[in-house]
Amino acid sequence: MTTLTAKDKDAVRTFWAKVSGKEEDIGTDAVARMLAVYPQTKTYFSHWKDLSPSSPSARKHGITVMKGVADAVSKIDDLKGGLLALSELHAFTLRVDPANFKIISHCLLVVLSIKFPNDFTPEVHVALDKFLAALALALAEKYR
Amino acid sequence: MVEWTDFERATIVDIFSKMQYEVVGPAALARCLIVYPWTQRYFGNFGNLYNAAAISGNPMVAKHGTTILHGLDRAVKNMDDIKSTYAELSVLHSEKLHVDPDNFKLLSDCLTIVVAAQLGKEFTGKVQAAFQKFLAVVVSSLGRQYH
Repeated sequence: MTTLTAKDKDAVRTFWAKVSGKEEDIGTDAVARMLAVYPQTKTYFSHWKDLSPSSPSARKHGITVMKGVADAVSKIDDLKGGLLALSELHAFTLRVDPANFKIISHCLLVVLSIKFPNDFTPEVHVALDKFLAALALALAEKYR
Repeated sequence: MVEWTDFERATIVDIFSKMQYEVVGPAALARCLIVYPWTQRYFGNFGNLYNAAAISGNPMVAKHGTTILHGLDRAVKNMDDIKSTYAELSVLHSEKLHVDPDNFKLLSDCLTIVVAAQLGKEFTGKVQAAFQKFLAVVVSSLGRQYH
């Protein structure tokens, strides 16, 4: 969609500094919510023994996803270049329908809204929404 | 017809019984106008929507946000037939207001986020699922009379 302005990037980086240390909890909560609220996403995890939102596999996956988002924040100036390997992984191996990026983004925003009710202002919300959309685009870069 | 579990019914009734309409309504609409600025196209006569601060402080936005949120009360009271409950409102949004139905989803996402902040830890994954299911039914009903 739109490119991230300097103001957007600042807002994301500033807010992310507050997230520091809580990434694991946030990631696991976001993935748990994704599985609970959008059960169709479970189709990507048929190889898990336990598909319940609180399962060890779900927790582990939440941590993995969150590490990726944190990495993207550090590469915010060049998401397409910086996330090349992850993009290839999603394109050729995982083949996650890009519609699902919107789903996990929304769940992540809900978790952030709960954990940071005062800091997650509308201005921070729009910057993060733009960032996550740009991140999704970068991940889908190699799809076709 | 939509099937609701006991948990879902209880959850929806509970959320709305505790709802601070004059806080949540304005916050949700303001957030929608800020995060998805193209939605401002429907509010040309609302005055100053120039930036986030102006939107958040705009009394017409606040009033309308409260109105919209109260609009959900009828669905809460008629969960077994939300479709016909909103038939008239659907026609209104289509024929008179000309609102792109995609916008309903945008507003409902913002409402979810504001309610999440209000309820905090209480807004568990299961509660979120029930709330979003409710909003999805509302959104679907509002889009039904478009042609």
